Amino acid sequence: MARASRWVGTAVARLLPVLLLGFVLFRLLPGDPALALTRGRPATADQLAATRHALGLDRPLVTQFVRYLGAVLRGDLGESFEYHRPVWRVLAGGLGPTLLLAGTATVFAAAIGIATGARAGWRPGGRTDKLSTGTALTLWATPTFWLGLVLLVALGVGAGPLPGLFPVAGMRSAVPGAGPPWPALDVAWHLVLPVATLTAVQYAQYHLIMRASLAAQRGAPYLTLARAKGLRDAGVRDRHAVPNALLPTITVLLLNIGVVVSGTVAVEVVFSWPGLGYLAFHALDVPDLPVLHGAFLLLSAGVVTTTMVADAVARRFDPRLRPP
Amino acid sequence: MIRRGLPLLGPACVAGYLLTAVLAPLLIPAGRLDPVRATGPPLTPPSYRFPLGTDSAGRSVLELTLCGSRWSLLIGVTATVLAVGLGAAIALASGHFGGPGGAVLDRVVEWFVILPQLPFAVALGGVLAPGALPVLLAIAVTSWAGVARVVRAAVLAVEAEPYLERVRALGAGHVHQLRHHVLPAVRPVVLATASLTLANAVLTETTLSFLGLGDPTRVSWGSVLHDAAVTGAVTAGAWWCLLPPGLALIVLVLGFEASARLIGSIPDGRVR
Amino acid sequence: MTAADLRLQDLSVTYRGARGPVPAVRSVTLAIAAGAPVGLAGESGSGKSTIAHAVLRLLPPGTELTGQILLDGEDVVTMGWGRLRAVRWAGAAIVFQGALHALNPIRRVVDQVAEPVLIHSAGTTHRQARDRAAEMLSRVGLPAGTSARYPHQLSGGQRQLALIAMAMVCSPRFVIADEPTSAVDTVTRARVVRLLTATAAEQDIGLLLISHDLTLLTTACTRLAVMYAGRVIEHGPTADLASAPRHPYTAALLAAAPAVGDPAARYRPRGLPGDPPDPTALPPGCAFQPRCPRATAACATTDVELRADGPARRTACLHPGPAT
Repeated sequence: MARASRWVGTAVARLLPVLLLGFVLFRLLPGDPALALTRGRPATADQLAATRHALGLDRPLVTQFVRYLGAVLRGDLGESFEYHRPVWRVLAGGLGPTLLLAGTATVFAAAIGIATGARAGWRPGGRTDKLSTGTALTLWATPTFWLGLVLLVALGVGAGPLPGLFPVAGMRSAVPGAGPPWPALDVAWHLVLPVATLTAVQYAQYHLIMRASLAAQRGAPYLTLARAKGLRDAGVRDRHAVPNALLPTITVLLLNIGVVVSGTVAVEVVFSWPGLGYLAFHALDVPDLPVLHGAFLLLSAGVVTTTMVADAVARRFDPRLRPP
Repeated sequence: MIRRGLPLLGPACVAGYLLTAVLAPLLIPAGRLDPVRATGPPLTPPSYRFPLGTDSAGRSVLELTLCGSRWSLLIGVTATVLAVGLGAAIALASGHFGGPGGAVLDRVVEWFVILPQLPFAVALGGVLAPGALPVLLAIAVTSWAGVARVVRAAVLAVEAEPYLERVRALGAGHVHQLRHHVLPAVRPVVLATASLTLANAVLTETTLSFLGLGDPTRVSWGSVLHDAAVTGAVTAGAWWCLLPPGLALIVLVLGFEASARLIGSIPDGRVR
Repeated sequence: MTAADLRLQDLSVTYRGARGPVPAVRSVTLAIAAGAPVGLAGESGSGKSTIAHAVLRLLPPGTELTGQILLDGEDVVTMGWGRLRAVRWAGAAIVFQGALHALNPIRRVVDQVAEPVLIHSAGTTHRQARDRAAEMLSRVGLPAGTSARYPHQLSGGQRQLALIAMAMVCSPRFVIADEPTSAVDTVTRARVVRLLTATAAEQDIGLLLISHDLTLLTTACTRLAVMYAGRVIEHGPTADLASAPRHPYTAALLAAAPAVGDPAARYRPRGLPGDPPDPTALPPGCAFQPRCPRATAACATTDVELRADGPARRTACLHPGPAT
């Protein structure tokens, strides 16, 4: 019980700066909301003052922040300028697609990256290493949105000899029957290019960190012991070195979760994938500040939460970090 | 001889880009890139006259790519200077002085480290008008904490060295310690991190320009790609508008990363 | 079944160093049989550990190995990989120094001891292997809870005993103990040595004990071999060798260990001036000559081999004889 409340306390402490930033960006920076509300219509100073009082803007900043906190934690993020619906309703629809895209890509990226990184790190400087690490470095230097565009043109629209196999936008086929028969398969077919883009750029992280982590294990005495027991080389690597190398890998990757979210936003925009990033981007047009605000809070809170979850997972897997 | 020179490929590449950025306006007068005054036929594939084809306004993609580096590098360098300046200063303060103030600074660093770059940039884009400012702020605000963290680790390593204790025992003040001992020791780390931050800054600037958050009057790689997407060049399959800016960016980023590795491997500091 | 017999014939090991070849072991000939533990003594860098690693071909890739290592008649040097993996642990096992990273930090002790059983006995279930491992752990004197623990939860002495249990679990014909007491406190040291010699005697195992601690070896071994700069420079029955060393280096080693209860020993000058030679820059002639009190002009030019020097004794010296 005490551990759970400590965990909640840490979560709130970590989220506070995000909320503060949201407050500064969306309540303080945009200027006087009273003026914005009465935009275009002449208003006397008294009317403006009355509006401000009604919105609670004449209270001290701290009070405003507390009321803001209360509203956010209740789920009241205001009403969308564009859709005229509660913001949380607008965003709730985008949460699923974002999780699907980011989650699938992370799973693939981790699996591929850890496998290639382990092989590269086991024989550093070898041919496999040079080739796979060179590829990983190049993909890591690639802007995610650009890779998406290239894949879109190459495999979606089709350019030159390459056929346009995959859909170029959205999560579902606009015309029923245009794509695969079952809805799940239709979504999966639309998911291919976005996931491929995100995976291609993200896997490099896992590769590079796993490679360094494994190379650091080489020469450890317990590996000589494993070889002396009669294990094959691959067995020594996979059963002893890799599990030990995984722990620092996970720890370092905690720091890079924000990169996955940024990549997801870029991919959603390029492929018109209807997730939080796509919604936020299109909210820029109006600008639909409440939606932007809500998307920013949700995405940042997502990063914080995932960081904490990954931290807990790492603790569970390293017996040295557990209390005796 | 070739093998010995290979690590220098990174800095050489970066130098090449900087040179191009500086010389470009001399070779390509600014007016040629004005979409209103473009002379070529729109969206044509590479040909003898236009080696990399033309964009939807009829401008030469080759010229756009060569000039595009200027704005990206300018923003990137400015943002990096801000981020590294702030990050290193805070790292030195919290690492050298420590105490409750240092602990508070460390907390602040941790908060900013997990701030996701693109969502923050998009949020800024909604609140500020598109231009150089939101891009600069977005990059600097999300990068400084990463720099601070790395430099702080290096500062702590130096602070633990016995020779620093001796220097203190001899009566050296903080300014002296920092200037003559701590700073020189962490300089390689700061430079290597700056190079990596610059790589990320240029990548982010391009992404933000592509999303329309950058200065619309400036030509940058991101803006070229933005135009390509918005004017339907992409859906028309005009790959020659896409490849050059992206490939140019990738090579530049790889150059920065190779330079960072090179700086890190010089046996001046124990960066490795 | 014939008695266990391990013979090193003219064994030489040359590492591939950054600045050229490093001859770590030079023409060593040694025989170990069941029932008569052999002790291998020498300073660090003399090549003792290299011999331990060489027996199971655990040397780094690129290392040159010449001569023969006859394990019950089979030459390990020319063995194929498959046969080598089968021989590792089941034929000959090594007890490594029980430092912290000698064991895999993230696996339980019992699983690590059980691993060789699973590798070498096809058809054994995990449960059977773990039971056998637990049995071995209790036989070496470890308390019942040790099985489920992780290496960092054990003391140095307990880790060493666990390594011994691990070495014995597949009932090998030979056990090579490489510095089994260096990471262990003085009290447990005797226990470790007793365990090794008792088990070797009772199961007819050929035992090679490697240590820089000569007094330890004199209590446990039937025969002693002393190494210097990659060569065996004296070899003979322990009692004879310890009471009447014929090589000046052996004499110096023995003298360096203070005799408890002898007040005069405190005043006798101990230790030998100088350092062992750099293996990449060995002096021509006898490697010990620069530090030898008995050296003559001939010693600087003639590289001496082990030669017979009395019944069952061999010495690599031009002027063997009692210490002056």
